[in-house]
Amino acid sequence: MSNKVDKLRAGFYQPGRSKGLLDLFKHSYLLSLLRKKEVKVRYRGSFLGLIWTYIKPLTTFFIYYYFVGRIMGADRANEHYAIYLFSGLISIQFFNETFRNCTKSIRDNAALVRKIYLPRELFPIATWRVAITHFYPQLFILLVASIIQGWYPGFLHILAVLLGFILLSGLAIGAGMLFAAMNVFYRDAENLVELITMITTWFSPILYKWSMIEQHMPLWLFKVYMCNPLTCAAELFHYAFWWPTNIDFTNYGLSLPPHFGFDICISIIIVILMMVIGQLAFRKFEGRFAQEL
Amino acid sequence: MNNKSLKNGNNKIDAKNAVIKIANVDKWFRLHHNYSLKDAFVNLFTHKKRDKSLFHALSNINFNINSGEAIGLVGINGSGKSTLLKCISGVIKPDKGKVSIKGRIAGLIEVGAGFHPDLTGRENIFLNGAILGMTKEQIIQKFDDIVEFSEIPQFIDSEVRFYSSGMFLRLAFAVAIHSDPDIFLIDEILAVGDAKFREKCLNRISELSKQGKTMVIVSHAEQQIRQLCQRAVWINKGKVQMDGPANEVLDAMNKFTGLKK
Repeated sequence: MSNKVDKLRAGFYQPGRSKGLLDLFKHSYLLSLLRKKEVKVRYRGSFLGLIWTYIKPLTTFFIYYYFVGRIMGADRANEHYAIYLFSGLISIQFFNETFRNCTKSIRDNAALVRKIYLPRELFPIATWRVAITHFYPQLFILLVASIIQGWYPGFLHILAVLLGFILLSGLAIGAGMLFAAMNVFYRDAENLVELITMITTWFSPILYKWSMIEQHMPLWLFKVYMCNPLTCAAELFHYAFWWPTNIDFTNYGLSLPPHFGFDICISIIIVILMMVIGQLAFRKFEGRFAQEL
Repeated sequence: MNNKSLKNGNNKIDAKNAVIKIANVDKWFRLHHNYSLKDAFVNLFTHKKRDKSLFHALSNINFNINSGEAIGLVGINGSGKSTLLKCISGVIKPDKGKVSIKGRIAGLIEVGAGFHPDLTGRENIFLNGAILGMTKEQIIQKFDDIVEFSEIPQFIDSEVRFYSSGMFLRLAFAVAIHSDPDIFLIDEILAVGDAKFREKCLNRISELSKQGKTMVIVSHAEQQIRQLCQRAVWINKGKVQMDGPANEVLDAMNKFTGLKK
């Protein structure tokens, strides 16, 4: 409903129709305000405020590092296990947060959805922007830690982070929109998503290496596992941050997964499909959001 | 003769200047929709059918609203006025028929819907301005006017949850009235605030109406409709019962419901 649109729209139009995600470029200002609102509201009345975005991931990290790494011995098999763990962990946490909050976004904004027409895609996308706000400090910590361990940036490494980030965002937004639409009709969607986010952390190489799972899975399941966009994103993050800190690759059997290029291509296709499905489902049910909430 | 020619003249303008076209609009609501596994289980044993009853909220609504017209939608509670207004704003989609609009539309439907209690008055002005379709520049430009209109400049940097309900509505109304759309949708908001502020709002609305803004007003306050609108549409049980000059429609409605004027 911004003014730029209206100048183009001289004739009659039907209210309540939008071009979906494509329409959001015209609402970038509102989007940034919604993000600010979310962040502000979440840390309202909190003394530490945004510092919590550092505390939570660091705590998760230390728990896994201590119990899985030291006590269960995962760090003996991996050089710089801390970097390995943290680079995978921030990727999956970014996905989980986006996915979970996208799913709840329509219900959380019920007051607005019921009363004022806005392209409803604004709400899931705003939560994605909030997740990015939380992602940056974690990325910063990871960078500092990696540099201490002898990390150097390379063109391919930066490209890998970008690609990983796009895969995570696309999958989370696509699936998030699908579940957000479902959540309007049945709140089971929210619980289902909680369940899925619990599984994702273990069904991708975050705490362990992909090569460890190969022996325990039938071949077809292993293939599915490797084509999973979350696995690809985690491996891309490992490639970007963990690899450069290992000077002596060969000693530790460091190799990229077999057919990694192929897996990435499949992942990209899966993400695109998920985005299309999410957007289509969202648009199909959008017309009934206001009356069902 | 004279009357007839006037009518024909009006019709010509109608076709030319319509900014809202409502054509064959139907809307049904499902009255019972939460269906859980437990319900399914219970129904299986009691042989009860799933309740699928539909409520026909709007049936075959047809009329146009012209540019610059102030039109009142009247009728008893549950007659479908607000549903129709929501169809016009795009919040809900009609199941049948079509609503077409020309120009930018903004609802004063339950002002303050986009307000968040944890944000300050200032932040809420920006957020709501953007929600109502204003650009950043427009909001900055009108910011002082909005604050002045609300008459609460001293609280503008306090969080809205510390506002009294009157203060809240003042600010919400001030933002909405400054959002400058071509078409205003107004739903029962003129009952807000103290008498003095209400008068100010009414004056502002009739000022905007004189400037040529199109208005669609839903209200139970008969006096306001008579004062602001030339035309009224009486909606009864989801159908247009009568469409004509505001005073005539209201008189007919009062006669129908047995109310004295």
